[in-house]
Amino acid sequence: MTTTPGSEAGGTKAARVDPTPEHFRRLHPLTPLLRGWGFLALAIGIGGQDALRSGEMGRFGLTVLAFAVVGMIAGLLSWWFTRYGFDGDALRIDSGMLNRRSRRVRLDRLQAVDINRPLAGRMLGVSELRLEVAGGGKAEAPLQYLAVDDAVRLRAELLARAAGIDADTPEAPERVVHQVPLDRLVWSTVLSGAFITGVVFIAGIGIAFLFYRDSDVTVGVLSSMLPGVIAIGAALWAQLGRNFAFVLAESPDGYRIRKGLLDTQHQTVPPGRVQGVAMRQPLLWRGKGWVRLDVDVAGYSGESSDDSQRTSTLLPVATYEEAAEVLRHVLPGSDPLSVPLTHAPRPARWLRPFGWKKLAYGVDDHVVVVREGVLYRNLTTVPHAKTQSVRIVQGPVQRRLGLASVHIDTTPGPVDAVIAHRLPDEARAIAEEQAERARLARKTDVPEQWMARYRQQSAPRPDGHADGDGPPAASSERDQE
Amino acid sequence: MDQEELFAPPGEAWQQVSRKLVDLRRLVLLITVIVLTTVVGVVLGLIFGPPAVFIAVGAGLIALVWGLWLIPRNWRAWGYAERLDDLLVTHGVMYRRLTVVPYGRMQFVDVASGPLERRYGLATVQLHTASPATDAKIPGLPAAEAARLRDRLSALGEAQAAGL
Repeated sequence: MTTTPGSEAGGTKAARVDPTPEHFRRLHPLTPLLRGWGFLALAIGIGGQDALRSGEMGRFGLTVLAFAVVGMIAGLLSWWFTRYGFDGDALRIDSGMLNRRSRRVRLDRLQAVDINRPLAGRMLGVSELRLEVAGGGKAEAPLQYLAVDDAVRLRAELLARAAGIDADTPEAPERVVHQVPLDRLVWSTVLSGAFITGVVFIAGIGIAFLFYRDSDVTVGVLSSMLPGVIAIGAALWAQLGRNFAFVLAESPDGYRIRKGLLDTQHQTVPPGRVQGVAMRQPLLWRGKGWVRLDVDVAGYSGESSDDSQRTSTLLPVATYEEAAEVLRHVLPGSDPLSVPLTHAPRPARWLRPFGWKKLAYGVDDHVVVVREGVLYRNLTTVPHAKTQSVRIVQGPVQRRLGLASVHIDTTPGPVDAVIAHRLPDEARAIAEEQAERARLARKTDVPEQWMARYRQQSAPRPDGHADGDGPPAASSERDQE
Repeated sequence: MDQEELFAPPGEAWQQVSRKLVDLRRLVLLITVIVLTTVVGVVLGLIFGPPAVFIAVGAGLIALVWGLWLIPRNWRAWGYAERLDDLLVTHGVMYRRLTVVPYGRMQFVDVASGPLERRYGLATVQLHTASPATDAKIPGLPAAEAARLRDRLSALGEAQAAGL
């Protein structure tokens, strides 16, 4: 796949080389310092190794100093030549001294805006602003770093422009939907598989050590506990550290998420950008009746699964009722939990001996729902309008049993809707109907400039489509501006 | 039987890909088998002596015959159909697939033609949506048909394009 996404797919394109407009702004002056960290660490690492071997500390100091100076100058130059601002309907970022690079991010493709503040950034009062547009594996334009006020102002302006309203509109008011209490977050961490495994591992080794008390092996025993410690640390970090003080709020700009203990993250996902939601329940949470919600947002996938996990959490832990409430909010017009489900046929028991009774799917006017899992329960919801393609897949064993699976493809992310193991004629019918449902749903989907439509709705329209259910073509919405 | 209807064409018949794809795939298979057999034969021969060479050649021959038999079957399984709102692609013998791609969800179309494909006048058309799982690749199209399909798909995609 060598072709780059055209203007239709992504938000950036190599723009014509014209001089940066005067009103464009620079990033925060502390940027070179924050970004130079890695460079300096590398210099110390390499130089230090060399110094330890030769024992010449003086040369080491000089090397590090030289690297620091060179790095600082490079950072300063890069900072000086990087400027951003609005150019028509797009955000434009010019950078580079020798290789001038000008990127334009089309705001009508905006999928999400995040403000991240790493620990060092928090101490210095700066933050990073990331724009997600569909297409492209990583964030299109991380603006590193901006003063906190600037970042918030820029986010408001980006969202206002993307929504199709005045750029000076102040940030929309928000209503807190859900706050995760600290004690529940702690318990959910303790009840995670990684944490328990780590504890059992350490306890096991500890007990074994008590029985064979021998001072010679202490170091070995302690170091063999390390995997357990790492597992516990990872569980703590992933669930507790990242989702600390988790707040989910809703506003006319979409839903907002604030979270983080050391590195904080503020996410804003505009309405209609949710590509799919999965409600999951690990075995150990069942006693408490807790679930978590993961969400697919185009552009949020990230390069690593870790990245994707970081950005795709809609609720790290909540009771079933709270999650149901949030689910109804992010998927307006339907209640995925009350969609009638159709169970998988009997032959499916050969392929899912334990889970086949739980295997089910259902459809309503807006979404398709897939349920599966015995130990790790899973309920996946994908709006019809977000269906990218539909596939029927049949392997050799399925063919013998007279079964086939239907995949409903969505943008990359943690949510995958697979209607597994259905009878052939049923599978074919599901696929054909899903394609048709998706076609109809696309016509009435939230337009790209969502607020423009909102405004339109409140004003009476001559053709009587004031209810907004008519098919507003995205192009005509754009012409409104 | 309904097993067959699962992958039945939506209209009268699937549009098939060029028969030349069989020749092309057989040539590729032949080259692959010869190269692999030579490498494996030489290595095994040096380590275990001449008998190992015969085993390698025998394995290569079996793979070749099996592949030669499989390729036409696989070719016959390929099919596509252009409907009003979506493109249907089917393929696979062991793992059978049917993909429905709405034109409105298309992000871009790839037309690729490698050196061997060009010799046979063939090209591969691939549709991309925002989902990497979308499996809509049609190999072995005559160059003119590939160009026609590409133009038609891009035109339809533009006309029906929907925001993400």
